Parts: sequence; structure tokens; C-alpha cells
Amino acid sequence: MKRHLLSAADLDLGDATLILDTAAQIDAALAGREVKKLPTLRGRTVVNLFFEDSTRTRISFELAAKRLSADVINFAAKGSSVSKGESLKDTALTLEAMGADAIVCRHSASGAPHRLAEWVQGSVINAGDGTHEHPTQALLDAYTIRRRLGRLDGVRVTIVGDVLHSRVARSNVLLLDTLGAQITLVAPPTLLPVGIGSWPVEVSYDLDAVLAKADVVMMLRVQQERMNASYFPSAREYSRRYGLDARRMAVLPEDAIVMHPGPMNRGMEIAAEVADSVRSTIVEQVSNGLSVRMAVLYLLLGGDSK
Amino acid sequence: MPAAPLHAESVDPRARTVLDSSAIGRIIDRIAHEIIERAGDEHLPELTLLGIPTRGGPLADRLAQRIAVFTEGGTGLVPVGTVDITLYRDDLRSRGVRPLSATRIPDGGIDGRHVVLVDDVLYSGRTVRAALDALREVGRPRVVQLAVLIDRGHRELPIRADYVGKNLPTSAREQVRVRLTEIDGTDEVVVR
Amino acid sequence: MTSLWLIRGVRPYGEDPVDLLLRDGAIAEVGVGLVAKDAEVLDAGGLIALPGLVDLHTHLREPGREDAETVQTGSRAAALGGFTAVHAMANTDPVADTAGVVEQVWRLGREAGLVDVAPVGAVTVGLAGTQLAELGAMADSPARVRVFSDDGFCVADPALMRRALEYVKAFDGVIAQHAEEPRLTQGAQMHEGVLSARLGLAGWPSVAEEAIIARDVLLAAHVGSRLHVCHVSTRGSVDIVARAKADGVAVTCEVTPHHLLLTDEYVTGYDPLFKVNPPLRTADDVDALRAGLADGTIDAIATDHAPHAMEDKECEWAMARPGMLGLEQALSVAVEAMIETGLLDWRGLADRMSVRPARIGQLDGHGQPLEVGRPANLVLVDPDVRRVVSSADLASRARNTPYAQRELPARVVATFLRGRPTVLDGKAQR
Repeated sequence: MKRHLLSAADLDLGDATLILDTAAQIDAALAGREVKKLPTLRGRTVVNLFFEDSTRTRISFELAAKRLSADVINFAAKGSSVSKGESLKDTALTLEAMGADAIVCRHSASGAPHRLAEWVQGSVINAGDGTHEHPTQALLDAYTIRRRLGRLDGVRVTIVGDVLHSRVARSNVLLLDTLGAQITLVAPPTLLPVGIGSWPVEVSYDLDAVLAKADVVMMLRVQQERMNASYFPSAREYSRRYGLDARRMAVLPEDAIVMHPGPMNRGMEIAAEVADSVRSTIVEQVSNGLSVRMAVLYLLLGGDSK
Repeated sequence: MPAAPLHAESVDPRARTVLDSSAIGRIIDRIAHEIIERAGDEHLPELTLLGIPTRGGPLADRLAQRIAVFTEGGTGLVPVGTVDITLYRDDLRSRGVRPLSATRIPDGGIDGRHVVLVDDVLYSGRTVRAALDALREVGRPRVVQLAVLIDRGHRELPIRADYVGKNLPTSAREQVRVRLTEIDGTDEVVVR
Repeated sequence: MTSLWLIRGVRPYGEDPVDLLLRDGAIAEVGVGLVAKDAEVLDAGGLIALPGLVDLHTHLREPGREDAETVQTGSRAAALGGFTAVHAMANTDPVADTAGVVEQVWRLGREAGLVDVAPVGAVTVGLAGTQLAELGAMADSPARVRVFSDDGFCVADPALMRRALEYVKAFDGVIAQHAEEPRLTQGAQMHEGVLSARLGLAGWPSVAEEAIIARDVLLAAHVGSRLHVCHVSTRGSVDIVARAKADGVAVTCEVTPHHLLLTDEYVTGYDPLFKVNPPLRTADDVDALRAGLADGTIDAIATDHAPHAMEDKECEWAMARPGMLGLEQALSVAVEAMIETGLLDWRGLADRMSVRPARIGQLDGHGQPLEVGRPANLVLVDPDVRRVVSSADLASRARNTPYAQRELPARVVATFLRGRPTVLDGKAQR
């Protein structure tokens, strides 16, 4: 496995499977235990470097690192030297001097973790960069699918929404393709990137046409502000054409599941009754995220990183 | 591509077999008897065997089978599980990451139980220490004992086995290979 | 001041070797076995002589960003690259939108004395795209401005562009358009295509350039003006210019060295050294640009030399400023892209890097043939060496070359500006 996890494309089938298997073993090892703590990364330092607010992702990484007994430093850009104009490089060199073994980086600029990786010795884990990627989200999604459906190879996954701006979609397309899933992207044409023809996916503009053949429906968050940039005319029209409501959910095959990376816009891309249904894995995804991130930290940091 | 020999090591002229299949079978029988005897009638029902992966797992299974035979099923089946110690190792930095194995704690847990840890080779003692750390997180047994197929010496911690199949003096340069049918297709212990 | 140089055995345009005698700023004699008492002799066996290169598009950053480049350091980089004249773009701070600023830049160039610095005047006040700058005053100043550009920004307002094209006819000026429809490139970070989709960077579509060029050639035709298009970067742009030229429109255009060599594949590592505007395009665009330059649709190679301070490049891609250094490697890149591919011969290269840019910029003393009586502005090139570019060795104050660690052919051995060496043995003389 590579030293950094910057993109889901960094993982081949063997790496991805190893991470998912490791997460499953960690889940089993901790199942039913009162003290959910392992000594594995004692003495290692994990820095959460968050240039963009994301409480849920930060907490998930923080808890994952703490359950492996690593020392965790939360370095939020707001109120720190970064907001006083310190450059990414200076921040990187500072963290390096402090002996960070891993830096979990969230940034609004695509590629920022790639830059970081050039300046530090430790492992860099991309926790979401701009409109590029969010590989651990894809891993936890794959883990959730495998737990629910028992397999990934040949599973038909439909991803719906703002693919253009979605790092979740990018990472999921790469990872799920590696793992053998068949992917269909559904969105209004304005929210699909130019060049999507080169992706290993089917593309549809019509949600109703694909639902009956979906084992997994993954709904992406759609930001209201896209409306102002004319990506679609109104929230109501978007919801009517691309939202997942009870009527559409009824069309899904019997065992199909509904996923959402959160945070949800209830009533926009997903109806409340769908989000709260038994098909929904949304809460599971959160707890699976913890196991998957523990697995990633273990596999990247367990070895001699120097 | 030409086919490689399946067990290249077995044709290594320096390798010598120290235990064969029947010797391993006799040792397992003996340890099973010793466990029964040491536990006594009072604690035999509390017995739980936990194998340390990889090869401690099948050894624990075999011990449980023999114990059931020797007690004529009088105590019911002995609960058997595994406890993976990978996440408790203290040598990650030097030895690197290895894949995790399954941890299976038998129903009912280990609180108050008479636990026997089972492993193939006792060497530095670090694996056993890690297993004790792992057990502590799982519950609080009444007693923990250790059974190993081979004790090759070179301890780095104050740890000893309660049941030893064979004491095998080795040099640190030598490798002790335990092969078990369930995993390796054959039963033998080889030193190179 | 007198100067006398005898250059022995040099091959003008890569043709048969001759001797050149440079006297008092002009080429005094051309022939075989020339002798001249008291002349300084330069043995140029194996070297190729070309007319001194002329850059239509240089950012010298002074005034305002002297930490990135000054007229002095930029002039040295230019001379080392074989240039004898450069056009200094107007996006300085303050903007070169008045006679005062262009005259200051022009004077700084004279003081540096390594190349002729021809200031470009801004088209609109403050490059803001709303009100015409005092174009006439800049034209009449000692800087004699003839090229006007808001480069960095597009003159997007079609009415304003029309007026600018018309107005500069009075002093035979030319508008050099940075063709970029701003509404199509909001937040744009790289060429829009397969890679931008994968890298999650907002796309800069080719059509944003092509739409403006199409509009502008129509405008230029309508008002009968001359139009120059900066840094064309797409196949579509080449096609539009070719069609306009065939229709008799007075349009010229330039291409940068980096658009002749590099593609958007270089963005993959998110290193902002490869961030530039217009962005690096696809291999297909590179092919079209080379072909367009070869057949004359594209008139000139212009460097768009854009020095940036370290902190503006050692950062996140989106935060980085666009632009790359170009002066010192332009000729080498041109040799690799055009000569080694057989698309141009040395005479053709001289046409695109000296003759035509001098004509577009109306620099009378430059871009002249290597003949007796012509100004002695020339460059001597060793075509046979290959060198690995080291950013530490650059004369520019900035370090943002995209060619670091890359091996490139050819080396500028000497540059002469009006008969005096500005570069000898690959070293700047001032």
C-alpha cells in the first residue's frame, strides 16, 4: 500500500480489500466490549488538519485515532496561525517538526493534500479536498454495501445528484469500479462534468428509468446555492426530477439499500420517510466510518513510516 | 511459467524434522490430559480454550476435541475461540503491518473462566504478553494458563508456559516452522 | 562609441558558414575569410546566427512586484534567452495605463541596457474593462507605445473592444486581446476536459477563448482594424484565425512556448508551476498549435514570461497565481517543438520569433535580415548541445519555470544588441 491515501485511485483491489477486511476484523474484535480501545498506535501522533469545517469527519477521524491509542492533535484553520496568513507549506513544516506520523487533511482546495504530501515525511490522509476526492468516505460506503449485501463484485450502484462538485462521487466511482461494482450516475446534465465519457460508468438523466435495476442508491447532497448559478431552475424542480421519495423507493428491488454521505437536505434530494426507512444505511455509514478509518490509520501507520 | 515446487523449504538440506505427525498427535493427547488433570473436576466445566492465530487456532480446536474424548463428553463441549493479538503488538514499528486475523470469543465470554491460551511456538514471550493485554480488554478470567507446542527458549519477558509439548533448544538464527494439516496440508515441525 | 566584432564561421539561419563584421551597431560586412584590424574576434564555428529574438509578451513586474522580477533581471533573462527586444505587459502596479508609467518602464529598460524594452499600454483604465485608457498619450510618449493590451483580463465588453480597435487606428496601434470570456471561466483552474473532471478542478473551456476570438475577428473586420490575439491555446482558435486570415481580416496571433510543449497531463500532481492562463491544453491542441505555427496561421512565439514570487506558487493549486517563466527557455522549447520535429527550419523559426513579432510590435530596428547594413541585433545559437534546466541557475528573480529538471536542446551562446554583446559565452554582460 502507498504511504499516503490521497485518492481512491491509490488503492488497487488488494489494498481496498485489505482495508475492508481489516475494518471487519476490528469491528469483530471490538464487538460487545465495554472498553473500545486498542493500544496499537500508542506513541504515534495523528494531526487532524482541517482547513474547512467538517465536524462529523473530524470527530470520526479523532475517535478512530483515539481508539487506536494514538495522540491526536486537532489543528483547525480557524483561529490558528493559518487564518493569520500562514501558508500551507509553513503549516506542513511546523507539523513535521512536531513529529506528526499522520496528517488527516481537509481542505477546500482540490489537490491540497497532494501538496502537503510533498512536504512531510508522515502519511497524509485526504479527508476531503475541494471538489476532488474523499477516499475514506468511499471506503466506508463500500464497507457498508458489503456488510448489507454481502458482496461488491457485480453490485449495481446508482449515484444521484451533483456529481460535478462531489468529491464523494469521484472517490466512489474510482473505488467501486476497482471493487467490481457497476456504477450508474444520474444527474441533470449541468451537474455532470465534461469528460465524464471517460469514466467507467453509465450515465442517465432519468432517475425513474434506472431505479428498478439498482441494488444501491446513493444520494448526493445538493447545495441550494447551485440553483443561483443556474445549474437547475429551482429546488422544487430538482426535487421532483432527482429527489428520492417514497414513491420512487417503492420501485427499488426488494433488498436495495439507500445511502447518503450526510449531511442531508431532507425534502430536497431525499424525503424524510426514505431517510428514516429500514432501507436507509445512513446511521450505519457513520459507525462504519469509524471502523474503516481505524483500519486506514492502522495500515498506514502500523509499519515503519520512515 | 514453470511450476515452482510446492514446498521448497522441505527440500532444504539444512532442514530437519523434529516432530512428525504422530509425535504431534501424542503431544496433543498428553497436553489434553494435563489440562484435565490440572483443572480438576471442580474447574473443568469452566474451561475455555483460546487459540492465538494463526496456528494456535487449530491447535486449540484439536485440544478441545481430545479433552471431550478423554472426559467422554462428561463436561460437554469445551468452548473454543481465538484471540488475535496483532493490534496489541509492540513491534509494529520494526516489524510492520500484518493482516488481522479473526477474534472469536465464545458465547458467554471469559469472565470467571479457566482460560488456556494456545500457541504453536513460545519464543520471546511478546506474543503472549500481547495476548494477555488483549484478554484484559475482553473480560476477567479466573485463571489464565498457557499451552504451547514448542518452547524454543530465548525469552525476553518473564513468561513461562504451563503446558509444553517439546522443549527445543535453538539458536536465534534458526527458524522453527510448525505446519498443521488444517493450514499447511501436513503435520510437522521443522528447524532450519 | 565604437565597437567592432568579427564573428567567424557562423551559419546564418543554419545555412553555409560565413564571417560577420559588426561595426557601429550594424552589420558591416558578410563574407568568407574577413579580416578586420582591432576587431574583437568570436570564433563561432558550428553556431547558428539568427536575428535577435523579439518577444511580444513579457511580464517584467516592475513597478509593483519587484520581488518577483525587475526590468533589470527580466532584461537579463531576455538577453540570455537570445532576445534583443521585449514587450513589457501593462499589468503592473500601478497599471501601465498612463504615459507616465509606460515612460518609466521604457527608461528602466534603457538603463538596464540589455534588450529594448517596449512597454505595452493598458487598453482600459486600471485594466478594469470599463473606460479607455489614454491610448494616444501613451503612443505619443517617448515610449512610443503601439501595442495595447489588458492582458490578464479580457476586454470582454464588445462595445468597448470595438471602440479600442477603432481608436488605435489613428496612430497605427494594435489591440492585443487576452481572449477569455469571463462568464465562462469563473473560478476556472485548468483546461476543462477529462482531467479537470478527474482532478476536481473547475474547468476553463476552450470555447471561452474561441468565442472571444470569433467575436473579435468579426469586430476587426467590421471596423477595418488590426487585431492581435495573445497566447492562442486551442485547435479551435487556430481554425478561427485561419478562416479570418483567409477572409482577409488583419488578424495576427501568438502562441507561447509552453503551449507548444506541455499538456494538461502536467496538472495531475497539482503542482502550481503548471498553472497558467490560458491553461495547458490537450495533446491534440498542441499538435494544432504546432501546425498553425508552421503554416503561418500563428505569426509568432511569444513567451508570456510571468515571474511569480515563491509564495505564490508553493501553495494550493487554487490559491496559486497563474503563469510561468519563459524567456530563458523559449528558444530551446521552440527548437524541440518545431525544429526537431521538422515543422520549421531555422529561417522559419527566425520569422516566428523575430521578423513577425517585430513587425506586429512595429519595432523597426528588430527582426531584420542578417544582411549588410542592417542593425546588428542577433543571437548565436549552439544547436547541438542539450542541457538540463536548473531553476537555481535562472537569471530571473523568480523560480517558476515549468522546465526544471527537463532536458532541452540548444543553447544561446551570444546575443548582440546593436553590435554590442549582451551575452557572451552564455553569460550576461551586465
